[in-house]
Amino acid sequence: MERSLMKGNEALAEAAMRAGCKCFFGYPITPQTEISAYLAKKMAANGGLFLQAESEVAAINMVLGAASTGVRVMTSSSSPGISLKSEGISYIAGSDLPCVIINVQRGGPGLGGIQPSQADYWQATKGLGHGDFHVLVYAPASVQEMVDVVVKAFDKADEYRMPAMILADGILGQMMEPVTFPEIEAKNGDKPWAADGHKNKREHNIINSLYLQPDVLEKSVVDRYEKYKKIEETEADAESYLCEDAEIVVCAFGATARVAKSTVNQAREKGIKAGLFRPKTVWPFPAKQLQEASKNAKTLLSVEMSMGQMIDDIKLAINCSKPVEFFGRTGGVIPKPTEILDEIVRLGGAK
Amino acid sequence: MKKVTIITGHYGSGKTNICANLAMELAKNGEKVTVVDLDIVNPYFRTADFSDLFKDNNITLVSSIYANSNLDIPAISFDVERLCREDGYVIIDVGGDDAGATALGRYKAVFEELYEENKIDMLYVINCCRYLTRTPKEALELMYEIEYTARFKHTGIINNSNLGNETTLETAVSSIEFEKAVSGEAKLPVLFTSVCKGCDIPEIDGVNFREVDVFVKPLWEL
Repeated sequence: MERSLMKGNEALAEAAMRAGCKCFFGYPITPQTEISAYLAKKMAANGGLFLQAESEVAAINMVLGAASTGVRVMTSSSSPGISLKSEGISYIAGSDLPCVIINVQRGGPGLGGIQPSQADYWQATKGLGHGDFHVLVYAPASVQEMVDVVVKAFDKADEYRMPAMILADGILGQMMEPVTFPEIEAKNGDKPWAADGHKNKREHNIINSLYLQPDVLEKSVVDRYEKYKKIEETEADAESYLCEDAEIVVCAFGATARVAKSTVNQAREKGIKAGLFRPKTVWPFPAKQLQEASKNAKTLLSVEMSMGQMIDDIKLAINCSKPVEFFGRTGGVIPKPTEILDEIVRLGGAK
Repeated sequence: MKKVTIITGHYGSGKTNICANLAMELAKNGEKVTVVDLDIVNPYFRTADFSDLFKDNNITLVSSIYANSNLDIPAISFDVERLCREDGYVIIDVGGDDAGATALGRYKAVFEELYEENKIDMLYVINCCRYLTRTPKEALELMYEIEYTARFKHTGIINNSNLGNETTLETAVSSIEFEKAVSGEAKLPVLFTSVCKGCDIPEIDGVNFREVDVFVKPLWEL
């Protein structure tokens, strides 16, 4: 199959179209703008709809509307824009609707900056909006994975009738790498619940997140949590690299995992038994995979482009059985392989 | 090389790396070189990333004071016209596509003047591995779009076909057909065809291979 050189944002947009995404609603923000720009150029010719909404709030509510009719729909933004969308995301989760949400993270809090960051980990995995709910969160680490993961996100969102997020960052969105598009089947799945016209042949389908009776609302939430339990068992995914004999297991996701992999190779050259554990989903967090990957480890080291938002998930995954250290840069600063190596050595990795 | 060289192309064609190579070669020959980062589009991955390399090689880098900062605005905080009239070589790294070439439009008068004196080249960098410029037709369409917003016509082509870190000699050799089609249709000469450093360059009639250093590296290879 043909190799093409593509930006992460472009590859993601192209893959979404190929996966059967028929509607895109968004509002420009660096560093994700190429997703909108690409779809603005190509969506109509592919029989889809591209619309630049008047705001992020408008865009996410358009997603809610389109998803209600059963079509595959996507929106994308970067950190501050995702905060604006959070009310709508909660409504979509509460209405059991599938959609794909892209966050190409930048530095925060507030307006922050336009350089890469991973400081929306808590937001994505713990609190993407009000109420009891989760979204599936995928964390790609290459331009090729941007393609693979968007296809999976659409499939899984449909399968579980819930929003799926791709938690990327400014590096992944902006960098170029060779990519191959696999055979992608443009699906839409069977959606008997969709409000797409009953034609007097069936009962009305009603899409709603408002409940007048507390006990009915409670049941809807409890049922959703049954689904989450199943997802936690089946959908958690991770990559382990040189973890088998590793005494120090570096945990990193997204672009940071690329830097960390480089560090692990450098550490091995120095005779340090280092390995890399890379969550490919961050909700559900791959706890069982981490237990296995770190079984021979003395120390775990979380490396993030934030002040350390994944540390708690790592500690929970291993029941606090081993020390979990942290190294991070934030505000748009990218950790260097050598800085991480220095930290490994400082933690006693050289012994 | 002429006094002023403008480098245009699609995002990801490798414009910035070509600029760095051209500048390094001139500097090695003891020439005075100024590289102008005229990218008003992309706040990520730009010539300004090479400030250390340029400093070590006595190459002057002129870029927006906002390059690589958090201020995402299309500002040009320097005088391109004055630079073009001063001593020494000037290499202008333009932002991607016609959007990036917009920055050239306002210098039409000075570029035309230099053109009359045979002192300027505008070179279009092509990469047939790059999405949306894979066919000669797509590459030509973009070339004319750039000329339209730049208000200036290209004088030559650089074939920089590459697949990032997967580039091999085969990448260059298999792009010759594409290069000839673009060059023939545009009626513009191909200055050179990029190949990686140290590869066994074949003799192909009418093709001028040139070894190119890769200065643009992913963060994890630094």
